[in-house]
Amino acid sequence: MRFTKDHEWVSLDGDVATIGITAYAADQLGDVVFVETPEAGKAVKAGDGLAVVESVKAASDVYAPISGEVVEGNAALGDAPETVNDQPEKAGWFAKIKIADKAEYEALMDRAAYEDFLGTL
Amino acid sequence: MSRSPSVSDETLKTTPLNAAHIAAGARMVPFAGYSMPVQYRDGVLKEHLWTRENAGLFDVSHMGQARLRGVSPLSAFEEVTPGDFIGLKPGKQRYSVLLNKTGGIIDDLMAARPISPDGGGDDGLFVVVNGACKDNDFKVIDSELAGQVRIDRLDDRALMALQGPKAAEVLAAHAPQAAKMVFMDSASFEAFGTDVIVSRSGYTGEDGYEISVPAAEAERVWNLLLADERVRPIGLGARDSLRLEAGLPLYGHDVDETVSPIEADLGFAVSKKRRDARDFPGASRIARELAEGVSRKRVGLTVLEGAPAREGAEIADEAGNVVGVVTSGGFSPSLGKPIAMGFVPPALAAAGTKLKVIVRGKPQAAEVTAMPFVPHRYIRKL
Repeated sequence: MRFTKDHEWVSLDGDVATIGITAYAADQLGDVVFVETPEAGKAVKAGDGLAVVESVKAASDVYAPISGEVVEGNAALGDAPETVNDQPEKAGWFAKIKIADKAEYEALMDRAAYEDFLGTL
Repeated sequence: MSRSPSVSDETLKTTPLNAAHIAAGARMVPFAGYSMPVQYRDGVLKEHLWTRENAGLFDVSHMGQARLRGVSPLSAFEEVTPGDFIGLKPGKQRYSVLLNKTGGIIDDLMAARPISPDGGGDDGLFVVVNGACKDNDFKVIDSELAGQVRIDRLDDRALMALQGPKAAEVLAAHAPQAAKMVFMDSASFEAFGTDVIVSRSGYTGEDGYEISVPAAEAERVWNLLLADERVRPIGLGARDSLRLEAGLPLYGHDVDETVSPIEADLGFAVSKKRRDARDFPGASRIARELAEGVSRKRVGLTVLEGAPAREGAEIADEAGNVVGVVTSGGFSPSLGKPIAMGFVPPALAAAGTKLKVIVRGKPQAAEVTAMPFVPHRYIRKL
């Protein structure tokens, strides 16, 4: 699993990346009440808005950490947005992307580097 | 994930309960110039529902408390508000608005006529105003009522709100007098070993009390109330969702200096006597609005599909024409769906009217809904 400074995580299975937000991000958001996930077929570049996650208080954008084509949005979050709080780094994923360039993934932080980064916040 | 810009907290003021919030694990945010708890460890949803079912304790010490004294402070106060304060009985409190010359709302407030020790009501007025507006409010009152009213700011007092269906039984254990009060009663007495000013009111739609105590006693009183297992500390996040469900406007969002009490659906704050007398700031505009109607009116909206519609979201009619704007909105923890408040033309203000709210460019179905969204549970008689 790799991480961004915007608190997204990416796990890679072959050329399909699963993307979500970290436990730290979910805790910062508080209770998630609404999630908007992308449609299959959407092309995204690293840094593009990928999904929207809303807590009681505010809406936040989730950015694509990596470029590619969306193969699936997590429709289950529509009825159960609280999954993002309960299992942020498992069932609370937002989208799966068929990636274009594995080097983008390799360039992201590993967990140890992300933990170090959290220590600076 | 996008994050809110961080705000330098160097200039933020703190309330006398700051240490208690931090000790309780509160997440502190800037609000009205103060560092305030937006939530505690339970989070907004749980805190909101706890308040609806039990008793929630809120720090609202950022709000402005003052005594207005003078030869005839009640009649003087009528020069800056449209309420009947001359007719306010000792021991009663009234919701009102400070008006500018064009009938716009400078702030909304609570004003109580204390019962003096002799049982009369010659002790002026005790007012509570919004934190972000307090300095300006007191300046306006001071300049408009110069020579008539002296403002004694009570900056050395904290203010907490105990709200929810169990608030009365909790407070009765510390202050038996509180049980004898009804909605919008105000009284000063000894409780918790100190002097308190208590009103049976709040801003959640629930029964409850606002309790003013000397700053030096605040943390002790706070902890005494929290020692009761029915009471939990509640942050400003849940305070906002509670007041939204209760249909209560938030100053600076749903009402401001451009909005009249009639447009804001606060007509009850313009008393019959004052309507006839037309002797308050902006009376000509307000009389015209009462006679001919308004061009926009504050309404409640239930969002029937999609994301919460928040402040700034446009409201459209079914044909797609933009007809208004959301002034506050979010997710209703009690109802489990998004709700909002906004302004629309009166022709579209009837409950049941189908509208759209535009969220991130997408029209979503919404419906005008009578407020409050969640019924008030004030105790109007014992």
